[in-house]
Amino acid sequence: MTQPASLAWFRSLFAQLVESGVTLFAYVPDAGNAALIDLADAHNETRTVLLAAEEEGVGICAGADLVGARGVLCMQSSGVGNCANFLSLVKGGRFPIFMIVTMRGDYGEMNPWQYPMGQAVEPVLDAMGVLTFRVETEDDLQPATAAALSACFKGGQGVALILSQRFLGAKPF
Amino acid sequence: MPDTTIDRRELLPRLFPDPGRWLMVSGLAGAARDTAALTSDADYLYTMGGAMGAAVSIGLGMALAAPNAPVAVITGDGELIMNLGSLTTVASMMPGNLSIVCIDNGQHGETGGQPGHTARRTDLAAIAQGAGLVSVMTVSHPEQLAEAARFLTGAPAPRFLLARVLPGPPCDWKRDLDPANCRLRFRNARGL
Repeated sequence: MTQPASLAWFRSLFAQLVESGVTLFAYVPDAGNAALIDLADAHNETRTVLLAAEEEGVGICAGADLVGARGVLCMQSSGVGNCANFLSLVKGGRFPIFMIVTMRGDYGEMNPWQYPMGQAVEPVLDAMGVLTFRVETEDDLQPATAAALSACFKGGQGVALILSQRFLGAKPF
Repeated sequence: MPDTTIDRRELLPRLFPDPGRWLMVSGLAGAARDTAALTSDADYLYTMGGAMGAAVSIGLGMALAAPNAPVAVITGDGELIMNLGSLTTVASMMPGNLSIVCIDNGQHGETGGQPGHTARRTDLAAIAQGAGLVSVMTVSHPEQLAEAARFLTGAPAPRFLLARVLPGPPCDWKRDLDPANCRLRFRNARGL
């Protein structure tokens, strides 16, 4: 078990996203994004979208972009593999997709099933033209989020904010 | 597959007599050609040429982010089957402005007409019903299309229309295949 981030990190992340005009939070449930999604559910100006599979969120964020709204796609690292073909919307369509990936198969992982996709997250995102911003410590979170938001919604890039298991704390199963 | 007498090239003009009042997204291949022909590839349409399975999700994102605009997804049976879970997401969100039309020819027309699941045992209307779409309708004959057009604007949403069509060619229309250009075109038309 590594040292987990303080429990308040998701509040500052949520505040930065809302400040940048994010209104839609598409997600596949994960222990790592549960608190963030709870905040988005409770907030008057944000809406959550429960997905059946992660790739739907790429399409939903692209659809929101077409009409001038901003969404984020929150998922566990295993879902990145599901998204690969839909990320043609980033590499070919230049849609500014913002992903928040909570890692498994990373620092301190105990489940062998999580390693193959966990270790493939950054190669897959890189292959599909998505810029990655890795958060290893609590001090990384605010500047990495700010950089990712600028690259995405100002710079027009597809981005992934990667919350590592070193930051989140490895799960004891 | 039950008997059908609908030529797909005549379907969309009957369903959408006034297409410019909609925001539209189409799946790839035949659905994109038919929708581009309907609208003369207009700036209120985003057609796909890849990312197979994304049409319903793009339409849902548009519908949630522009709740006052009627949004139509025009797709095919193969494209829809590739991401059936997206129907459950639509049902959970209950967008009151979303209509989905599935042009079901029972085959993968773009790749050589190989039979699909709906040519065997699968009923996509039953799947949409089971996913929780509020209004579901199936048409197989041209004389049902006037009622289907009313369904797409008047039935409680989200709506799902399954149009079983003959396995003939789609409209012959060369659309813009540049996904980034089509994004900018769509956004520019909305003043974005």
